[in-house]
Amino acid sequence: MTATLIIQRGSPKAQRHIERFDVPFVPGQTVLDGLRFIRSQIDPTLAFRFSCINANACKECMMLIDDTIAYACTTRLRDGEMKLAPLPKKALVNDLVTEIAPPDERLNPSTKR
Amino acid sequence: MRLETDVLIVGAGGAGMYAALEAAASGASVILADRSLIGRGGATVMAMMTVSAAIGAQCPDHWEHHLADTLAAGYGLCDEGLSAILCEDAPKRILEMDAWKVGWAREDGHIKQAHAPGHDRPRCVYVDFLRTGPAVSKTLRHQLQNKSSIRRIGDLMIVDIAIEDGVACGATAIHLGTGEPVTIAAKAVVVATGGLTRLYRRNSGSFNMGGDGYALALRAGAELVDMEFVQFFPIGHLAPRLVGLDPIMWDPFRYKLGGILLNGEMQEFEQRYAVDSGRNDGKYVLTRDLATYAIMKEVEAGRGSPSGGAYLSFKHVPEAELRRAFGPVIDTLAKSGIDLTHNPIEVAPIAHYHMGGVKVNAAFESTVPNLFASGEAVGGANGANRLSGNAITEALVFGARAGRSAAAAARATNGRSTAQAFAPALDLLRRRKLSASVNPAALIGELQQIMMEKVGPFRTETTLDAAIAELDRLTRAIGNDPLSDGAPFDSVLLDWLDLRNMVAVAKSVAIAAHARRESRGSHQREDFPSLDPAWQFNQIVRWDDGKIELSRSAATKKAQELAGAPA
Repeated sequence: MTATLIIQRGSPKAQRHIERFDVPFVPGQTVLDGLRFIRSQIDPTLAFRFSCINANACKECMMLIDDTIAYACTTRLRDGEMKLAPLPKKALVNDLVTEIAPPDERLNPSTKR
Repeated sequence: MRLETDVLIVGAGGAGMYAALEAAASGASVILADRSLIGRGGATVMAMMTVSAAIGAQCPDHWEHHLADTLAAGYGLCDEGLSAILCEDAPKRILEMDAWKVGWAREDGHIKQAHAPGHDRPRCVYVDFLRTGPAVSKTLRHQLQNKSSIRRIGDLMIVDIAIEDGVACGATAIHLGTGEPVTIAAKAVVVATGGLTRLYRRNSGSFNMGGDGYALALRAGAELVDMEFVQFFPIGHLAPRLVGLDPIMWDPFRYKLGGILLNGEMQEFEQRYAVDSGRNDGKYVLTRDLATYAIMKEVEAGRGSPSGGAYLSFKHVPEAELRRAFGPVIDTLAKSGIDLTHNPIEVAPIAHYHMGGVKVNAAFESTVPNLFASGEAVGGANGANRLSGNAITEALVFGARAGRSAAAAARATNGRSTAQAFAPALDLLRRRKLSASVNPAALIGELQQIMMEKVGPFRTETTLDAAIAELDRLTRAIGNDPLSDGAPFDSVLLDWLDLRNMVAVAKSVAIAAHARRESRGSHQREDFPSLDPAWQFNQIVRWDDGKIELSRSAATKKAQELAGAPA
């Protein structure tokens, strides 16, 4: 089966744009699995956060999946198109990475939101 | 950017957070840095199981009994001083965590202690259901709040420890969000980066557990010990894809409910290996190391499950009993399409924990002055094999000890870092170049495959020779200059820096495993299948201008009395 991940990319300084990636998968695999496949097999520059890998413990891979806030590690890939975008109400860092740390746990605590 | 502090702690898992609390309680200013979010990465948050401590709540106990079990599990290689600290301090930390409302499971008005394999009595506390690690992390994160002398900084990856006249004096980091280099002048540095499970394709750890701290310590000139001893967990989850649970979760259920291992032909096979070896702990049919061996041999013989492991079946257990044992976990399993009443799951050995690590003295100081280690990053306390339940315990105990020692070292030190100490790492970061010639994420995948196949639970001279050659090839492939994509949260640079660390640590494991021509604890050589008393000593790894140097150290005093180290 193949999922087509339609990903909003770019940083605040670079042009935002949409890129499409075809990701082969077996049922049960997650959006995070798909993103890691893209990073190692197609485009090493794709930026996204993750730490615990599918244990739902670190809460780092939160993003907008088909217009709903979700964890990439608990959302299953499915045949067809899936839309991925960074969290809308957090400051964008790059691609799917947003500033999600509490303000007092940042290097620059003044960073917005 | 330039920061300054008394104590810099690298890594904000259980060990790092505890170290920060104790260093601050000792009057030090602290920077607690993590490459991910604070208290979210690492191993602690992933741990669902139990924590061992002789608190004597379930039945009378004494830390010396805990020590005896720890030393027995370690096959004669434990650094007994460290093991004793682990067991003696454990009750203090467990009760302190209880006072901080971690929520240890209770029964009849006392903290409940489970009887885990390898312990002589019920000794292991936990938080229901499978919430131990997350509860520990949350409790420590809460304790860190409003401690004005602790500055927490996430998204900060340490590139190298800064050294001045052979003494640790801070670190050079890169801020992932901006790509900006950051120098941190510190009077003492604590490495609390956890283990190295990410070196293996199948593992139970977090993404950020690639052995960063071992590589940092190596390049800083510190000694590592026992690097060949990687603990594999025999029945890690393999398939179908399980989401939202620790992959090592099956063990207590297998234990409690009598889960049955089946090969790809749906035949039981444990008994065959048990008969062959004659080893049996009376509870499991096979001990952990033999279960790992049995599963791998079945796969090798073409009798593996479809995903390359074995089946674990609970089909014989009545549904009501499953529901009682698994609690709400049964619903999480259902979300992954797993119905234990109808279908077996697939399991396989996965990298779980590292016994080796930074060699430290009783103050948790490495062989580099003012460079400390804590938690899983420390080598020696667990010898050749770790007793179940000791991992979170050592995070808390060693974290507290290292934090206190680092604060004391900071008090006794005048700030001595100069620009020179940070120059090599700053120069490295300056050399980063935009390039698409190599995909470091793909090379990380290759490294994980090499380690899994050739430096896994069972090793031979041939596989280890091949692994070392392939790791040398990866070293050449990544080159001396970092690759970069120039964007914020630079994934190419992050993967390159990770790979730089992972290759160094992987080689340490492979070279130490190659030298040890015997089988002991978690290190199993198919070409030297027996334990050899002449090998009852620890191996030390040092970094010499980019080369791994291996030497032998006398093991514990007791071990030396039993069998002198060969020349």
